Amino acid sequence: MFEPAPPILPLALERVSLRAPAGDRWLVEDVSARLVPGRLTVLLGPNGAGKTLTLRLCHGLVAPTSGRVRWLGPGAAGGPARRQAMVFQRPVLLRRSVAANVAWPLRLRGLPRGARRRRVDAALAATGLAERARHAARRLSVGEQQRVALARAWALEPEVLFLDEPTSALDPGATAAVETLVRAIAAEGATVVLTTHDLAQAHRLAEEVWFMHGGRLLEQADAAEFFDRPRSAEAHAFLKGELLW
Amino acid sequence: MRDFAEAFATALRLLAERDPALVEIVALSLRVSLAALACACAAGIPLGAVLGAVRFPGRGALRVLVNALLGLPPVVVGLLVYLLLSRSGPLGGLGLLFTPAAMVIAQALLVAPIVTALAASTVEALAEEYGDQLRSLGAGRWRMLPTLVLEGRAQLFIAVLAGLGRALGEVGAVILVGGNIAHATRVMTTAIALETSRGDLALALALGMLLIGVSVLLNGGAYALRQASLRHV
Repeated sequence: MFEPAPPILPLALERVSLRAPAGDRWLVEDVSARLVPGRLTVLLGPNGAGKTLTLRLCHGLVAPTSGRVRWLGPGAAGGPARRQAMVFQRPVLLRRSVAANVAWPLRLRGLPRGARRRRVDAALAATGLAERARHAARRLSVGEQQRVALARAWALEPEVLFLDEPTSALDPGATAAVETLVRAIAAEGATVVLTTHDLAQAHRLAEEVWFMHGGRLLEQADAAEFFDRPRSAEAHAFLKGELLW
Repeated sequence: MRDFAEAFATALRLLAERDPALVEIVALSLRVSLAALACACAAGIPLGAVLGAVRFPGRGALRVLVNALLGLPPVVVGLLVYLLLSRSGPLGGLGLLFTPAAMVIAQALLVAPIVTALAASTVEALAEEYGDQLRSLGAGRWRMLPTLVLEGRAQLFIAVLAGLGRALGEVGAVILVGGNIAHATRVMTTAIALETSRGDLALALALGMLLIGVSVLLNGGAYALRQASLRHV
């Protein structure tokens, strides 16, 4: 076996802000936080809170207007990008078979054919998609497509997995399937960060909560503590189910 | 009306006889237009993909230019190629004027903007949809181009067919650089122009119907190919 690669975590957000393209307001404002390994972190907040953008800032898809996103682990020197994966709110699959979709990024990373096939098979088996391997990915149901996206991310064996509202378009059955997978991926050692506006989902999954509202990170706390004793008035209101503006 | 009936009869008779002169003309038409299409696609699809998905200075101006070239009059292209290839022109030494090669060059120049412009808009829309996901999976702007082109193959088929239509139906450029020489550079469209000016409207119309028939056949074949390529996706 290989030596495990040195980690890229922890991740530090240092006073990160992002301005709207029109330049008239802040979408993410002065967010400082630290993502530590091994905890399932849920970015919680109402729509428009800046959760998705914060996730994209972490993943490196967007550059902050000010502040810094820094990977502090010793493995970061080798390029942190290839040690992360992200699953988007709406699954974006290629017009090819399920197996070819999972194999695509592996080929990009230069994995030899045999190893590629083993990883694809393992990821499809783990996500319950083995029988779908040869099906056209885009013809599957949305729930299955999201599982393909998860399998594709899983096959990359990421150290950090970002999930952007992965179940917001799914019915309860498909949601449960995705949540089971997310737990399994976390149990295998990946550090999972998931955004959601669904309080019940946060309850089910979170070990740590980052609560966002209006572009600001209002709380970063242990999940049990956050749900029992939220410190901010906004979190209080959100937990009570009052609509937030 | 008599012309149409007569033309129809003439067309059928020519077809039934497999008139060698006719076969030669149809074959040359296909060879020239398909070769021009192949050249135009080889250049236009990669160029369109870059224009659609890669940001670089001057990209907007280049796209405006390509779009402007969509309406390029064939005679003007024919004239430019004529000047390039004529004995005293910069490429006159090649001796290509009044050969099928000159016709391929002229038609490729006419078709390339169509393929390029349609490929650019196809790839641009796909880059919008796939860009972040492919970047997240580790692809740079350049590496994702072949994948985006493959994803857009259904739309690119349309671009290729539009280009083929332009090449097959075009007369102004090929008549200038080819010269409509019998047994050498005469194609369906130039033959139609010639027969019309000679007053043999029936023969001209018969050739016209053949041209449409060939076009329908080619498009049918392309459609079948497209369906086959999309069967499993």
